[in-house]
Amino acid sequence: MSPAIDIAFNLNGRTVQTRVAPAMTTLEMLRENFGLTGAKLACGEGECGACTVRIDGRTINSCLMFAADCDGREVQTIEGLASVGSLEVVQQAFVDFGAIQCGYCMPGMIMQARYIVDRHAGSGGELTRDDIARGLEGNVCRCSGYTKVVDAVAAVVLGEAG
Amino acid sequence: MVIEYYAVPGSVAEAARLLCGGRATIVAGGTDLTPQTRSGAKTFAGTLVNIQRIPEMHGIACDGGRFRIGGLTTVTDILENATLAADVPVLVSAADHFASSQIRNAATLAGNLCNASPAGDMCIPLLLLDAEVELASWVGDEVTLRRLALAEFFTGPGKTQMRSDELLTAVEFDRPADEFRAIYLKSGPRPALEISTVSLGAAANVSGGSAHGTRIAIGAAAPTPLRARATEKLVEGRRLDAALIEQAARAAVDEVSPIDDVRASAWYRQHLTAVYTRRALNHVAGN
Repeated sequence: MSPAIDIAFNLNGRTVQTRVAPAMTTLEMLRENFGLTGAKLACGEGECGACTVRIDGRTINSCLMFAADCDGREVQTIEGLASVGSLEVVQQAFVDFGAIQCGYCMPGMIMQARYIVDRHAGSGGELTRDDIARGLEGNVCRCSGYTKVVDAVAAVVLGEAG
Repeated sequence: MVIEYYAVPGSVAEAARLLCGGRATIVAGGTDLTPQTRSGAKTFAGTLVNIQRIPEMHGIACDGGRFRIGGLTTVTDILENATLAADVPVLVSAADHFASSQIRNAATLAGNLCNASPAGDMCIPLLLLDAEVELASWVGDEVTLRRLALAEFFTGPGKTQMRSDELLTAVEFDRPADEFRAIYLKSGPRPALEISTVSLGAAANVSGGSAHGTRIAIGAAAPTPLRARATEKLVEGRRLDAALIEQAARAAVDEVSPIDDVRASAWYRQHLTAVYTRRALNHVAGN
């Protein structure tokens, strides 16, 4: 019988506690223990990015990270991006540019897009369309609509959206 | 096997004590371990040791002309380090070719080396740098460290010289000379999230057109990443002209033993080995 591990961490700005099994993934914990179903399971091996969340500011594939390792960390999911009743600027840009098709990859795509924009802010350099595409290389959309995704992120960078 | 015990050591000493019995699985970023355990390619030992909370295993330092990179340093940390970018751009270039942003943010240097994939991206530049790995274990009543040349570390696909009671704490290498020129090349159908068809690096101190201290490292073309010692010897001290580079390309093919698999045929991997040897040596020579 595997031991139960009690952990406490910051989830979308709130301190939470939960109990996890040692081999449970962060994605399973977010969905099963907290009902946060924004992050999705698709490939389950880090190839597609549908499960992207932020840990201590950096994006990771939550399907690969052990839930127990969230202990003491800061975890942000798509549910923590916007306040109730409104969309965050990246989300709004995706809507405005028609970047969303079936939507399954969107929570991960938007979390990674927000990360790219945040990392760029303060760097002083230019963020090109190629840079955006490279930043999103770990996020797969099987509806294959990447052009409008890049358009949306580029617009956020230019401050034209939201 | 079911995990019976989960531990989060706060120091190398504590981790080494936990590994003492040898029946433990080490987890850091989890980017390789999770898919491997899920697919059944690897099973958990009785104890799961999460080494992520060991401060002394993080960080990049250069002291007295020698770099030391903690085993838990992530690929993103390497990619974004200004000192490495200035002094060891070939290592940063390999980090840039590594998987995706999300995986670079989680994957650790020690994890990439201990996973011992013949295609591991960080292996090639570190082989070019003649890097050493530091392995820690608990012997008697204290932490014992041993150092091993990375070139001797790998013994087969997924296999290394590291014993089951050891952990890889750091990687060290000398700061390259100013005239050190190096390049990392990687082949695959797309730039992101690609397991190399073949990866190859070359480095040398080049002065007056001649190469000194030439090093060639090849990945995904043999059971382990390797140094092409015979090819290195062939070009050592000589002028890297077209004829010599052609000879070297043929010699490098003799040093690899690729397999046919889903990514490429052995024949194609040999072809890539020759093409990349040519391209890398031309770059190093400034041709």
